[in-house]
Amino acid sequence: MKKIKCALIGSGNIGTDLIYKIQRSPVLEPVWMVGIDPASEGLERARSMGLKTTAEGVDGLLPHVLEDGIQIAFDATSAYVHAENSRKLNELGVLMIDLTPAAIGPLCVPPVNLKAHADKLEMNVNMISCAGQATIPIVNAIARVQTVAYGEIVASLASKSIGPGTRANLDEFTFTTSNAIVKVGGAKRGKALAIINPAEPPMIMRNTINCLCETEPDQAKIIDSVLAMIEEVKKYVPGYKLVNGPLFDGKRVAVFMEVEGLGDYLPKYAGNLDIMTAAACRTAEMFAEEILNGKITLKPLAAA
Amino acid sequence: MTTNLKGRKVVLHDMCLRDGMHAKREQISVEQMVKVATALDAAGVPMIQVSHGAGMGGNSLQHGFALASNEEYLLAVCPKMKQTKVSVLLIPGLGTMKELQSAYECGARSVHVATHCTEADTSPQHIAFARKLGMDTTGFLMMAHLNTPEGLAQQGKMMESYGAQTVYITDSAGFMLPDDVTARVQALRDVLKPETEIGFHGHHNMGLGISNSIAAIAAGASRIDGSVAGLGAGAGNTPLEVFLAVCDRMGIETGVDLFKLMDVAEDIIVPMMEHMVRVDRDSLTLGFAGVYSTFLLHAKRCEKRFGVPARDILVELGRKKMIGGQEDMIEDTAMTMAKERGLLKDVVKAA
Repeated sequence: MKKIKCALIGSGNIGTDLIYKIQRSPVLEPVWMVGIDPASEGLERARSMGLKTTAEGVDGLLPHVLEDGIQIAFDATSAYVHAENSRKLNELGVLMIDLTPAAIGPLCVPPVNLKAHADKLEMNVNMISCAGQATIPIVNAIARVQTVAYGEIVASLASKSIGPGTRANLDEFTFTTSNAIVKVGGAKRGKALAIINPAEPPMIMRNTINCLCETEPDQAKIIDSVLAMIEEVKKYVPGYKLVNGPLFDGKRVAVFMEVEGLGDYLPKYAGNLDIMTAAACRTAEMFAEEILNGKITLKPLAAA
Repeated sequence: MTTNLKGRKVVLHDMCLRDGMHAKREQISVEQMVKVATALDAAGVPMIQVSHGAGMGGNSLQHGFALASNEEYLLAVCPKMKQTKVSVLLIPGLGTMKELQSAYECGARSVHVATHCTEADTSPQHIAFARKLGMDTTGFLMMAHLNTPEGLAQQGKMMESYGAQTVYITDSAGFMLPDDVTARVQALRDVLKPETEIGFHGHHNMGLGISNSIAAIAAGASRIDGSVAGLGAGAGNTPLEVFLAVCDRMGIETGVDLFKLMDVAEDIIVPMMEHMVRVDRDSLTLGFAGVYSTFLLHAKRCEKRFGVPARDILVELGRKKMIGGQEDMIEDTAMTMAKERGLLKDVVKAA
């Protein structure tokens, strides 16, 4: 079967883990890895995995986009440079999957709203954050039963799994995730908290989802909805697991999750990498299928 | 211990209206804040911290909702201060620069930018922004017992490079012994620029708040956090009026009036306490096991709900190396322990 050729921008933890996920995809093929440091370990690894590389940033990729038939790009750099990267690649008709907190395109959490993106020609889709991918399905599972006045999530991440980009830009992570709890999760207000824990051996990614319902929670319906949602996420992140809850405390519903990764690039504790890269890969696969079956045709976007 | 500290100048920083919020389940009213702050100002305390216990962005299910917003507290307190400088706490990952800007606009002029003792590199944005606002900026390394003196010094050096003017050793668990404090202050002093100050923030869980603070000064610290009558998380912070009496006897210069501070403790703070903030079985466990002091009241609530003793929960949290900000893991850990003990069942699908 024909595969859609992809470029990965950013050779850090997320970009590197993406190589593994995309290589396993029946419809995607990783072709280029873009970095900015010729000596970077990430570029070296990408080369050893058979990818072409450039250390010249996105500008180093642009001359090769048409000749190599690149149609989808994944951006795992930072919110600051994403808009420029996206503009340059969109002009060449490349669809952008955004893994930075830039969030200039519509937000996507696959089990919640991937279908809503289908059949639409979207040239930039944002994956929010690892914490968003791990928690918004649960917020939505509760909000689809009854009105959630306030959704609050806490993501605990192993220190070794957090790269320098995320560390230096925690505010962007907070804003983007808080906003998505409302926009995609369906809560009326949202708040996201992140904790980086250096314990050795590293702790597995944990996520706590707290929702305040407007009225008394319908316990049986919420339990069923949450358990059904967990099954949906497990389809692409097998290590997505309920540890405790749903706990009912007045109008508060609390759900305690653990995300174990596949151990592709970083060890299994770094479920935050997997849930982000797997969600991005699943989103790209849907668009790839639509390109392959002719439902959508990517066109160059005129420069604004 | 060096005992001749006569003539050393130390800045006292009161935490009643921030760390004390933890001990009051965030339920200090605006009126109470103004009353305490005004009294501390009159006693000559040069700095006080005013905010939610978890600082900027603290109002949450995770950390509790205070009676008022940080802005409401600051707007009520700051204009009343004659000489005291008001500070706030900012933990990146919870609070943001937007909230810091707002606190500044309400009158805050100093900030503790706090990270876990190994994660200083989550603070560059916030420290730089605080400096840009012109705030007196501290890098605050929490749970400092979980890093070696050399490791902590490197983290402090990073904070200094982002713009921090003071680096604090924060004994969030009240776990450190005086020698631990001495080693860490010395390690920081060795690598920091001479003009960068060093501070110590103690908790009294092992009864060592005062001796640890004296050890810090002897090794070169010039700022000490405490709280009047010890109103703070766990067994409280270093009780400031007691510490001041020791400073006076040792000839350490603080500029604070001892009798006035005693009166604040006795007449205002102690009557505000919902429970006696003191070393008891659970707060001692925090210090002994090296657990974040704020976990205390959460663990006690879980004991009531799930039937697992608070001390058992705290020891388990220490074993799992949970750090400040992971309050959700207290409920989670209590539920897991309750299941193991047959006190709680797993949820099952209804249909």
